[in-house]
Amino acid sequence: MEFMKNGKRIDDRLPNELRPIKFEVGALERADGSCYVEHGGNKIMAAVYGPRAVHPRHLQQANRAIIRYRYNMASFSVEERRRPGPDRRSVEISKVSRQAIDPVIIKEFYPRSTIDIFVEILQADAGTRSAGINAASVALADAGVPMRGLISSCAVGKVDDTVVLDLVKEEDNYGQADMPVAMDVRTGEVTLLQMDGHLTLDEFEQALELSKIGCASIADMQREALIRKYRGKEDE
Amino acid sequence: MKKQEKLDKTIVVPGDLLSEDATKAAEGTYVENGKVYSLTYGLADEREKVRVIPLSGKYLPAIGDVVIGMVSDVSFSNWKVDINSPYEALMHISEYPRRIESSEMAKIMGVGDLAIFKVVDVDPSMKIELAPREGQLRVLRSGRVVEVSYTKVPRVIGRAGSMISLLKSKLDVNIFVGKNGRIWINGKAEDEDLAIKVIKRIEREAHTSGLTDRITKLLEEEKHGVHEKR
Repeated sequence: MEFMKNGKRIDDRLPNELRPIKFEVGALERADGSCYVEHGGNKIMAAVYGPRAVHPRHLQQANRAIIRYRYNMASFSVEERRRPGPDRRSVEISKVSRQAIDPVIIKEFYPRSTIDIFVEILQADAGTRSAGINAASVALADAGVPMRGLISSCAVGKVDDTVVLDLVKEEDNYGQADMPVAMDVRTGEVTLLQMDGHLTLDEFEQALELSKIGCASIADMQREALIRKYRGKEDE
Repeated sequence: MKKQEKLDKTIVVPGDLLSEDATKAAEGTYVENGKVYSLTYGLADEREKVRVIPLSGKYLPAIGDVVIGMVSDVSFSNWKVDINSPYEALMHISEYPRRIESSEMAKIMGVGDLAIFKVVDVDPSMKIELAPREGQLRVLRSGRVVEVSYTKVPRVIGRAGSMISLLKSKLDVNIFVGKNGRIWINGKAEDEDLAIKVIKRIEREAHTSGLTDRITKLLEEEKHGVHEKR
């Protein structure tokens, strides 16, 4: 498969260009915090409940809140119907996504409680874990959870020996490498880094730099979306 | 531009830089490498100190808070009370003004009853103890209770109680605002309806300025409408 033509990718983007992204804060009425995101072909809803009482009780920690993160793909989110329920892949993604967000949350403010994060993938087109983390981070802020910063995430990879930002499904499936990265952009602290495929050391460093640029643009969009929630209401 | 002018404070998100001077840090902020950053999503209030007033979140009780709680269970020696917080609160039988037997507890205050309490103790693991406010237990047997986010309580009360006085003067209702965001309203049904409508409006527009004027106008209009219908 040929991915690069005249310096442009299959969907006409430049190698360092993100797909169009749209955040909608507070999309769910009854969640404590929520965020709906459209990231290229991905459509994702994130909901946050809590801090609230922990069930089952034995999971509770006496000195801090616990964080639970559930990443779930809807059965209709991909071309071929997916069997509903957690599988090995989504259990792993739930775990790494939780670990990506966990370091910025001030858990000590809420002992003996839980903060539950639900990320539902309604439509998938590569980079769902990254887009899910972005939405979850905004939903946490919307819920009023104290955090040191927002976590932003995007994928980088390699197609036709070119390092590219924010892969689409074809690039992810048939490309040479895919590497999701999550970070707190202000401190530069990387909280998630996975890689599938092969990159040389030089390419890896180039990809990591590119992901920082991508995450920085996403961080701006997340911030802007949160501010707009209260600005927008002014007009009513 | 006009929108910007209507906001009296700036909206900040977690991690926003607020000040280069660490001594100015107050609630809702944290200090890292001598700089002050925002800890929550809220409105930054910059005067002598920089603090962030949250726009959302769960109520955490503090000693001395007066709250409206709902009894969720009556055990041998304690009332378990839901105070609209992640944590359940307890009121011990001995806190009741006179000596009572365990068997009398449910009669005094049963499951589902609402009452006004004072938070007397909060320990580090968030065990919360309640007592009746001012030595007399006030069980709310009439009127209605509405819930707003606890972050909006200061706006519902208004500067030095101005908003509450406004509501009480325009409507023939008794209003009590708990720190936990529960508000008790007692009066004639139509006055209660209007009070709830106004309170919900205050909650929605809590972050805007000039709110008292708009609420005054709303009350005038609504009152007028009610009289004409009669």
